[in-house]
Amino acid sequence: MPLLSRPAPRPSRPRRRAVQALPPLAIVGSHVETRLGDTLVTALPDGALWIAEAKTLIVSDLHLEKGSAFALRGQMLPPYDTHAALVKLGKLIDAMAPDIVVSLGDSFHDGGGVARMASSDRDLLQGMIARCDWIWVEGNHDGRAPETLGGVVRDVLHIGALVLRHEPTEGAAPGEIAGHLHPCAKVSGRGRSVRRRCFATDGARLVMPAFGAFTGGLNVCDDAYAEIFPDGVTALVLGKDRVLPAPMERLLSD
Amino acid sequence: MKQGALLPSPFADWFAARGWSPRPHQLELVRRAKAGLSTLLIAPTGAGKTLAGFLPSLIELAPRADDGLRRPHRLHTLYVSPLKALTTDVARNLDTPVREMKLDLRIESRTGDTPPHKRQRQRAHPPDILLTTPEQLSLLIASEHARVFFEDLQAVVVDEIHALAPTKRGDLLALALARLQRWAPGHRRVGLSATVADEEGLARYLLGHAPPPLEGRGLGGGVKLDVSDMSAAVARRRKERRFTPSPQGEGVIVKAPPGAQPMVDVLDSDARIPWAGHTARHAMPEVYAAIKAAKLALVFVNTRAQAELTFQELWRINDDALPIALHHGSLDVTQRRKVEAAMARGDLRAVVCTSTLDLGIDWGDVDLVIQMGAPKGAARLVQRIGRANHRLDEPSRALLAPSNRFEVLECRAAQEAVAEGAMDGAERRIGGLDCLAQHIMGCACGEPFDADELYAEVISTEPYAALPRAQFDRVIDLVATGGYALRSYDRYKRIVQDLNTGRWRARNPTIAQQHRMNVGAIVESEMLDVRLVYRAQSSRPGTPKSDGPRPLVPGRRLGQIEEYFIEGLTPGDTFLFAGEVLRFLSVRDTDALVVRAPGAENPSIPSYAGGKFPLSTFLADRVRHMLHEPKRQKLLPQQVRDWIRMQKKRSVVPAPDEMLIETFPRAAKHYLVCYPFEGRLAHQTLGMLITRRLERAGRKPMGFLASEYAMAVWALEPMDDLDLDALFDEDMLGDDLEAWLAESTLMKATFSKCAVIAGMIERKLPGAVRKTGRQVSFSSDLIYDVLKQYEPDHILLQAAFADAGEGYLDIKRVGALLRRVKGRLVHRALPHVSPFAAPVMLEVGRVGVQGGADEAVLEDAASLIAEAMS
Repeated sequence: MPLLSRPAPRPSRPRRRAVQALPPLAIVGSHVETRLGDTLVTALPDGALWIAEAKTLIVSDLHLEKGSAFALRGQMLPPYDTHAALVKLGKLIDAMAPDIVVSLGDSFHDGGGVARMASSDRDLLQGMIARCDWIWVEGNHDGRAPETLGGVVRDVLHIGALVLRHEPTEGAAPGEIAGHLHPCAKVSGRGRSVRRRCFATDGARLVMPAFGAFTGGLNVCDDAYAEIFPDGVTALVLGKDRVLPAPMERLLSD
Repeated sequence: MKQGALLPSPFADWFAARGWSPRPHQLELVRRAKAGLSTLLIAPTGAGKTLAGFLPSLIELAPRADDGLRRPHRLHTLYVSPLKALTTDVARNLDTPVREMKLDLRIESRTGDTPPHKRQRQRAHPPDILLTTPEQLSLLIASEHARVFFEDLQAVVVDEIHALAPTKRGDLLALALARLQRWAPGHRRVGLSATVADEEGLARYLLGHAPPPLEGRGLGGGVKLDVSDMSAAVARRRKERRFTPSPQGEGVIVKAPPGAQPMVDVLDSDARIPWAGHTARHAMPEVYAAIKAAKLALVFVNTRAQAELTFQELWRINDDALPIALHHGSLDVTQRRKVEAAMARGDLRAVVCTSTLDLGIDWGDVDLVIQMGAPKGAARLVQRIGRANHRLDEPSRALLAPSNRFEVLECRAAQEAVAEGAMDGAERRIGGLDCLAQHIMGCACGEPFDADELYAEVISTEPYAALPRAQFDRVIDLVATGGYALRSYDRYKRIVQDLNTGRWRARNPTIAQQHRMNVGAIVESEMLDVRLVYRAQSSRPGTPKSDGPRPLVPGRRLGQIEEYFIEGLTPGDTFLFAGEVLRFLSVRDTDALVVRAPGAENPSIPSYAGGKFPLSTFLADRVRHMLHEPKRQKLLPQQVRDWIRMQKKRSVVPAPDEMLIETFPRAAKHYLVCYPFEGRLAHQTLGMLITRRLERAGRKPMGFLASEYAMAVWALEPMDDLDLDALFDEDMLGDDLEAWLAESTLMKATFSKCAVIAGMIERKLPGAVRKTGRQVSFSSDLIYDVLKQYEPDHILLQAAFADAGEGYLDIKRVGALLRRVKGRLVHRALPHVSPFAAPVMLEVGRVGVQGGADEAVLEDAASLIAEAMS
């Protein structure tokens, strides 16, 4: 029972180089603005990224129809995940009025997801697709399956100096925005820890949090991130209704 | 002689050869078995309970073994015990008489450790007597051909039934027993129990109910029932009704004569009794002296942390180097087995232990039981005392060592209760819907079931006796499709109905196999292995850290610890575990890596401070009365009596049916302290709710603290003028509770356990790939959030809420408290802290406030960034 454990006074720990490597960040209301190369991007509390100069909204790893994918195999997860994700996305589109919406891969949990979708959800999604230029980036789970709903499918997308693809490339890739890893951060403090989804960035490139309702996460301290962010990573953590940056030294592994 | 009539010659001879004579209750069980009667045997430890349970079966099996014709081995007696170890122990104990009387019997145990080939063989060739656990019984029921396996069953023996009945495992067991009743209607049930308060209730649990008459049932909620359908169903049920109600009525309970009255002492320490705390550190020299005077002492504590601490303290003063060992559930199994073996050999003088040694097995000649801290319940105390001295005619000796002043009262109350033979009654348990879901799925994996029949079976059990048909149907739907209002999973049913017979079965073998992997009601919290590591080269403090860490060499595994405990640690923190001070380094895969930290006198992080078992309602009530009746205080230590007298002078000592509330200022803050005596869990819930209300009332509460006896809130604004009747009104259990629960992490944890038991989420199997190195496939928190939002009255949320009400949050008890004190609040506005409040205040400052703390953790971290950026 964490409620009963006594938070002990902590010795202050030495700062690590991650603090020096901190990318330029600005907390603007509930958002965090940062730069990838020369492009200003805004991390939104729901886990979407906004590129103001291109009026582009990016979401990643929607994993729609994940609930029904598990139900197929006998685990009856609540069938509301698709609806929950779409409603959240719809609100973002209303608020930001983007010209372009990019779904950065794994939009559906599997290739059969499109077919399993409830018709009301399909209508909801197609209504959104009709309102803007909609781009599906191919993911490893769903491939080109969402194409039938409208919008166009790309394996890689270039927006100005930025490169958008589903799986982060190994080695240096300045200007890359990717998804796939579902970054999560476990932030410590006050004798306890909190695990939340996050954006992971080092100022050169960025990995998007998963947007879907049931999507789990991979801790940013995992080795999988070491190749992508050799100089350490800053987590932009999704709080209750705002984004909060957390430096490397406050992050725990799982 | 009566005995001669009851005991056939090999048995009478065997008793005689050993110079024993069977005890009356053992003979009574033989007599009752002959008459085909079920029995609840209540007997103190050492009364030959187990033999009493088995003797009738051995007698019945003996002639068959004897008559030369090899009878086919069929399952005759099923023995169910809550502990795996107990099945092995009983198998060993039965072996002696069976061997000496040359009975041709196969007695085998079946637990989680039984290898697959042996399970296979057991199924094909059942032993005469099978010793197993409730989980294994559920598994057997979920297998095909279960009916054939159990058809010839003559007796079920449930050991330590008092420990099983009030739990979820008990729910599953009751349901399983009802199933056996259908397959082997003639068998008798035998329950073996320690002394309990509610014997009748336990007997009802053992025997279940006869199903109510068919007429009228099922029509209760009936709105638009097709009459022709209905009568057809009733007719079918009548035709198929082979359900024989268990023999009911008077004379189910057999009681062995109680042993000699135990001698219970409360340590009247010469040392100053602390106001607060749970360590009883002050009493260690006297406890040590008591150990020295005994042959083998069991030192019981209430938590693992207390076990570690007591062990340390005893060794600190162990000038005679007495062999004192440590035993608790988190220690490595081999370590525990070593301690048990040493006990049995008589190599030890004392063992510091938690509830792991509460039940069952005899590990040696214990002649003294010491209880560190308050016993929390009279029944628990009696059970623990029973561990000492297994000879009935000699009194067991026990010593209670209270760790603070309130606990002195509690220990005295418990001592009185033991002397009077009074017991705390467990509340009647309502069966969990998650357990029911698991059972239904299990039935579908075994023999296909008819819903009407199964419903009749389910409500014949005590925990589910009041289950409405509509709820039952919702649970079937939960099993089949997840039970969602949105019928989107009707295509993926886990169980399907046969078109001809209407019976339900698992959709396919894969689904059935999935279920079998997930049986059981025990959901472990995530555990990490605690592993000692060594640096490849030794490092001295002060030497500069070289680039790149030196490789860590993993070493011995010390045991397991809850993940959440490790999460609260920062590398470098020290803590007590397995009797040593350890320094936490890091987590790697499923290991918490640690090094020894000798010399660190005071570990920086104690594990949880409080007790795992809340103070029982029964003892709490006695403590309240004791406070108010001076003549019952005579035996209390002078210090404690002075303390109560001071309270009377400075404030007031409330009557047993009143609740005292004190308000006073201190150090620029304002305090409100109330004394419900309802246990830490209930107080914690009360604290959460009161804090919300004070916040709305604009008193700016800063935090609260819950102890076993009291709850304190502190705020920036004075609280003397509050309308206390309104503040403590029962309506706080309405919207306030709802709103709080919605965000409560405890609620999410409760839900997660229910979802696992009900089969919505798969159990994380030991040995399965852990989340490290890959994503968690999904998080039950997120499922909870989504379900709460879209289907707040989902049946699994109801199940979780019911659990929270009993377990973590003790909402039931808060409710009872608020009703009890309504109109009986006594308020004192004091100029300063009162003697009763002082112990509570001493704990204040130890525990931080956690309201909205998750966000605060994130804000904290973010402020670091802000600093770094400015």
